[in-house]
Amino acid sequence: MSPALLLLLALGFGLAGWLVARARAWSFRRAAPHHRLASLPVYHAWYVALWVGVPLALFAVAWNALAPQLVLQSVLSDPAAAGLPPFGMQRETILAEARNVATGTAPAVFNAGARALVEPFREAILRYNVIGTGVALLIGFLAGTWAFLRLKPDFSAQTRVERAVMSVLLIASLVAILTTLGIFVSLVFETMRFFGMVNPVDFLFGTHWGPDPMSAAAHPDPTRYGALPLFWGTIYIGAIIAMIVAIPLGLMSAVYLTQYADRRWRKWLKPALEILAGVPTVVYGYFAALTIAPLVRQFGQAIGIANASSESALAAGLVMGVMIIPFVSSMADDSLAAVPQAMRDGSLAMGATTNETIRRVLLPAALPGIVAGVMLAISRAIGETMIVVMAAGAAANLSANPFEAMTTVTFQIVAMLTGEGSFDHPATLSAFALGFVLFLVTLALNFIALRVVKRFREAYE
Amino acid sequence: MNKSAPTRTAAFEARLKKRYAAERRFRLAGLGAILFSVAVLLFLLVTMTMNGIGGFQRATLQVPVDFTSVGITMPQDLGDKPARMRALERQGLPDLVRFSAEQALGEEAAGELGSSAWRAVAEAVADDPKLLAGKAEFALPASGNLASAFSGDGQVRLQPLAHRLAAEGKLKDSFDPGFLTRSDATDPQEVGIWGALKGSILTMLVTLALAFPIGVFAALYLEEYAPRNRWTDLIEVSINNLAAVPSIIFGLLGLAVFLALFPHMRSAALIGGMTLALMTMPVIVISGRNAIKAVPPSIRDGAMALGASPIQVVFHHVLPLALPGILTGTIIGMARALGETAPLLMIGMRAFVATPPGGFTDPATVLPVQIFLWSDEIDRGFVERTSAAIIVLLAFLLVMNGLAIYLRNRFEKKW
Repeated sequence: MSPALLLLLALGFGLAGWLVARARAWSFRRAAPHHRLASLPVYHAWYVALWVGVPLALFAVAWNALAPQLVLQSVLSDPAAAGLPPFGMQRETILAEARNVATGTAPAVFNAGARALVEPFREAILRYNVIGTGVALLIGFLAGTWAFLRLKPDFSAQTRVERAVMSVLLIASLVAILTTLGIFVSLVFETMRFFGMVNPVDFLFGTHWGPDPMSAAAHPDPTRYGALPLFWGTIYIGAIIAMIVAIPLGLMSAVYLTQYADRRWRKWLKPALEILAGVPTVVYGYFAALTIAPLVRQFGQAIGIANASSESALAAGLVMGVMIIPFVSSMADDSLAAVPQAMRDGSLAMGATTNETIRRVLLPAALPGIVAGVMLAISRAIGETMIVVMAAGAAANLSANPFEAMTTVTFQIVAMLTGEGSFDHPATLSAFALGFVLFLVTLALNFIALRVVKRFREAYE
Repeated sequence: MNKSAPTRTAAFEARLKKRYAAERRFRLAGLGAILFSVAVLLFLLVTMTMNGIGGFQRATLQVPVDFTSVGITMPQDLGDKPARMRALERQGLPDLVRFSAEQALGEEAAGELGSSAWRAVAEAVADDPKLLAGKAEFALPASGNLASAFSGDGQVRLQPLAHRLAAEGKLKDSFDPGFLTRSDATDPQEVGIWGALKGSILTMLVTLALAFPIGVFAALYLEEYAPRNRWTDLIEVSINNLAAVPSIIFGLLGLAVFLALFPHMRSAALIGGMTLALMTMPVIVISGRNAIKAVPPSIRDGAMALGASPIQVVFHHVLPLALPGILTGTIIGMARALGETAPLLMIGMRAFVATPPGGFTDPATVLPVQIFLWSDEIDRGFVERTSAAIIVLLAFLLVMNGLAIYLRNRFEKKW
């Protein structure tokens, strides 16, 4: 019995329970027209439907995980399975093939060893299908009957249904904590495995990066796992070049939009910035690689830099800066709007021009918010992947020449995990260590930024 | 009162002039900053469009085929199109096409017909068997080499041939509707985006089905019911942090957790959708909370006063009023997920998938990943195809964002 069919059964049973229970509640009302029911009939209906549907759905999920194991056990205990090779790939292949033929997904056996197992598989699958359906029917019937027998005119079905709804809401909000925990645990776990093979000091402070996924996994060469060039590349592209573009342009855009632009212009310019923010990063990456990188290279050659590479930190950083402009602009917009109007009016009333008011009064007052916004922008830029993957290159260089190819943490995560390396190799695991560093840094930046914003807001409220 | 005030000395006037000049410069700098962004946006869009228009076309050879010369017939009883096409193949249609091409274009040019050129003929005939009674001219795809020679680069050997055929009007670029219905291929003449598009649609369905209910429920709980305690703070902190975690980290989570749980579902739309759902959920929660916060308390008080339970207040009154705002946030979150590439690379959705995925558990790829894969191809023919795929992606995003803006303007209530 397929999981979809079981879920369908749960739905059908739930619906049946819903209808029967509602009819029952209406019959209470007809039997005693002058007595109010404790809950509306529809709550009785939902009470029974939940009692039928939820256990059935849980059973469907559990059975879906359990049934293949049970089938396998029963096939292995069959005398025909005695001839199987004890361990390894071949055994798995034969079993998988026999199962596929038995379920009808494969037309015929290819491997002679699998032929004898087809019949046991077919029998076992049929048997457990019958058992599964039987248990499902039993669960649905028992749970439904139990819930149905509790229905009475003074039964407070509403409270119970609402309690169930409330727990669903609570569980939904716990998903966020689970996700954070999942990220943290999986990154820490894999990072620990990596640090078991490569010394953390070598990783954090080594200056040569060149993992070899084909080398022997047992004895990695620690001098090849120095991540310092990656950290430098990430900071240089994301926190220096991109910010040199994004901070002045974003700030001035915000100032113009909030202080100068009249409403008609604002109506058109703001959505344009929003579109810029909505362009997917892969498009920016393609734009950087196809259009900006050749221009940067020509420019580099024109000013006499002979080794200007076609993949350069400058091209990636410039496009990343453009991508961040709307982000900086909207953060600055918010902080400028949070400055009390009285401060602006006071400055203007003293005869300052708008420009002087902005520079001497508004910007200093909004500075904490703007700084927080810039920190968030940096955390966004260093986590950005596609632009650097497509435009920044793979060479781990520790250099300050913006025309040189440079690689970043995110680039190496992609490179290490999309290769052919096995999952136990330090080269693959290093991606998780890099991810962990990235996660911690962005977390710290966000945490500090949110703190700053909060304190700043309190200062004016 | 023309006499100036005693403060307006010459030095003062000079300073004032300077201050006004600074004011104008500052204002211009602001305008310049924002126009720069707009200019970059326009430049990007124009570059993509200029490149991409060519991607919706492909080089085709004009080949007249005379069906009367050979006895190809269409069997009557064959129902579906693939079966009819197979029947035509058995009767030697590929040879006929090849022969006609040699007759019309010469031996060398016929060799540069795309490998699946006869399929175009077979499809046309399968749709309209009456063609078999006479002659017809078809525009058949040229080989990748001839196509690149025609566009001015590629092998020098083929360029004279391309020039000759083009001058005779037998080789030209024509609109290629198949780009929207085919899937990935190794030859840029044969690629299409339907496979990737379908993968994107399936992935987005999974994302929506998971992220929307979880996000809305979490927003309702946090905004309406959550007691102020340490747990609630923890939930809020996690949501705010998740919204700012780089997307590639979600890819690592999907790789380490989802693929460990379902190892045989590598590069399936289901896993991709689950990964993107975790990424989209915080966006929906945050926008949902803002929308719920905007519903005035008097609505809640009114419902309460009439005897509604807390659950009824929220589900019968607050939620319907907040829904437009929640939907706007959801669409924006989904648009972001639709353009996301990095986390999907992590969970293996970068495989070469030549057939559109049949379901949620089949190997699939998505539009942004397809763009990334094509951008890596060395063949020049892929440059135009990549830009064309970008145009399709941007069109989808534009529609989604337009819908969000429409919803916001149409249903936003000022209380």
